[in-house]
Amino acid sequence: MASDLLEAPVAAPAPVRPVRPRKRRLTRYALRFVAVAYVAALVAMPVVVVVWRTIDQGASTFWHAITAPDAVHAYQVTAQVAGLAVLINTVFGVGVAILLARYRFPGRSLLNVLIDVPVSISPIIVGLALVLVFGWTTGWFGPALQNAGIEVIFSTPGMVLATAFVALPLVVREVLPVLEEEGIEQEQAARSLGANAWQRLVRITLPTVKWALAYGVVLSVARALGEFGAVRVVSGDVSGQTQTLTLVVDERAEQFEPGAYQLSVVLIAVSAICIVAISLLRPRGEC
Amino acid sequence: MGIKAVGISKRFGDFVALDDVDLQVETGRLTALLGPSGGGKSTLLRIVGGLEDPDEGTVHIDGVEATGVPAQRRNVGFVFQHYAAFKHLSVFRNVAFGLEIRRRPKAEIRRRVHELLELVHLDQFADRLPSQLSGGQRQRMALARALAVEPKVLLLDEPFGALDTKVRKELRDWLRRLHDDVHVTTVFVTHDQEEALEVSDEIVVINNGRIEQTGSPNDLYDHPANDFVMGFLGPVTRLGERLVRPHDIEVLATDSAGAVPGEVVRLIRIGFEVRAELRTGDSAPWVQLTRGQAEALDLQPGRAVWLRPAHDASTLVAR
Repeated sequence: MASDLLEAPVAAPAPVRPVRPRKRRLTRYALRFVAVAYVAALVAMPVVVVVWRTIDQGASTFWHAITAPDAVHAYQVTAQVAGLAVLINTVFGVGVAILLARYRFPGRSLLNVLIDVPVSISPIIVGLALVLVFGWTTGWFGPALQNAGIEVIFSTPGMVLATAFVALPLVVREVLPVLEEEGIEQEQAARSLGANAWQRLVRITLPTVKWALAYGVVLSVARALGEFGAVRVVSGDVSGQTQTLTLVVDERAEQFEPGAYQLSVVLIAVSAICIVAISLLRPRGEC
Repeated sequence: MGIKAVGISKRFGDFVALDDVDLQVETGRLTALLGPSGGGKSTLLRIVGGLEDPDEGTVHIDGVEATGVPAQRRNVGFVFQHYAAFKHLSVFRNVAFGLEIRRRPKAEIRRRVHELLELVHLDQFADRLPSQLSGGQRQRMALARALAVEPKVLLLDEPFGALDTKVRKELRDWLRRLHDDVHVTTVFVTHDQEEALEVSDEIVVINNGRIEQTGSPNDLYDHPANDFVMGFLGPVTRLGERLVRPHDIEVLATDSAGAVPGEVVRLIRIGFEVRAELRTGDSAPWVQLTRGQAEALDLQPGRAVWLRPAHDASTLVAR
């Protein structure tokens, strides 16, 4: 795949001066080798090592590790946190994309910039900031939340917030360009045919962006499942209670307990499924 | 009845799109809003359709106040220059859209959609997606879609503007015939004077956010209110102090009453038509002649002739 990408720019432009074919072929092989070696060292080798360690330790170890009570609980926490975060980001993402694409208002460009902040800020800082805002003892809203008996930090709501924060731009950035490209005429036509705002959203806007939306959702799922830093800070990392799968992997690895490789393979498998889903969605989303 | 818009003004920032415009369209007529681009005609159409709100003024449709009524409750059919086809829906579902929104029974929808698709000659394409249709077919689909909800008025915004010349001519004839059958009050926007003259019952010439003149095609062509309308509806040339149409100038071989002397400068033949460029004392008019006329007069560069406006020609004093 990497070599395919590299070939295109070499072969595409017609050279002004004829270059000797042998020289061109050499360049192509060299570039191909560099790219493959780079990706192999950076991505493939670590993954292969993890998978190999897992296989090496045998099927029964694998089975025990992935069915351990802590692990099973972590699946539930992860699914709950990631599911809620992706749901929130999907609704929010479509809403903000429509807002940015269809309306001009003061603060529009500021909003547009803020959407991208989560990409540039380290997740650890996101976690700390959430603690500062929502923590019972330290947070701005802490006392009020404590009086109401609502636990945000060290609990599921905080983990959902942290996960939603880091995955915030993914849906917006997929949906927005499609909305901008398609323009407003289909919605105006639907309006003149009698469709109210809700009918226009369901019958015209959502079908128009459905592939971009699906792509954004899959990206968000992958990002949410893999989130570690922000969730670690806000969850308190309590074993068997507020641990997502990534936190369990971290604990097992740090304490040299068995299971880190095996659970990593589970995460890798889910990522692989996401990547396949993305590559299946992508060409259709582009047409 | 029909459409009545009074005192419409609309600004976009500093740009005045419409300045205190009154528009009256009779029921059942086919009316063209004609003018150069940026003149405000599309804005006026969109205000009637409810897709744009006027800063000032009121709109009545069929005697009912429509100002402030959202587009979805005006029961107005709108056709866009770039078709605005619902890309994810089949041709059938596109046309059925308005009826589905109105929750009509399935059987009625099917019957009505097929009727309309027959009317626009697209019945065999009912299951296709819009992307599988040509531009002309898409626009006919858009027209059927707009007609499906039995709108009180049909508004078309440069409906043939995105099509090539041949298809445009066909659709023009076809729209005229369709209107003779369906008789829905129709307003269409165009910058093409030939299109307006050929298709419409009435023309409203709009320029710089104002209505320059309203009247039947012949009326406007023969009795333009000012030099803008005269120039926009057809070719104009200047003979002495007056503006006149190039086919309304008589070329005479001998001096006659009211004629001014001139000299042929150049002859251009375009098919059956001959354009003669001439020179008189104070102007350089050109005259449109048939080939037969030019030969009968034995026109050639350098020949002396006498020119006068034809006795029924409409002329304006040049400014």
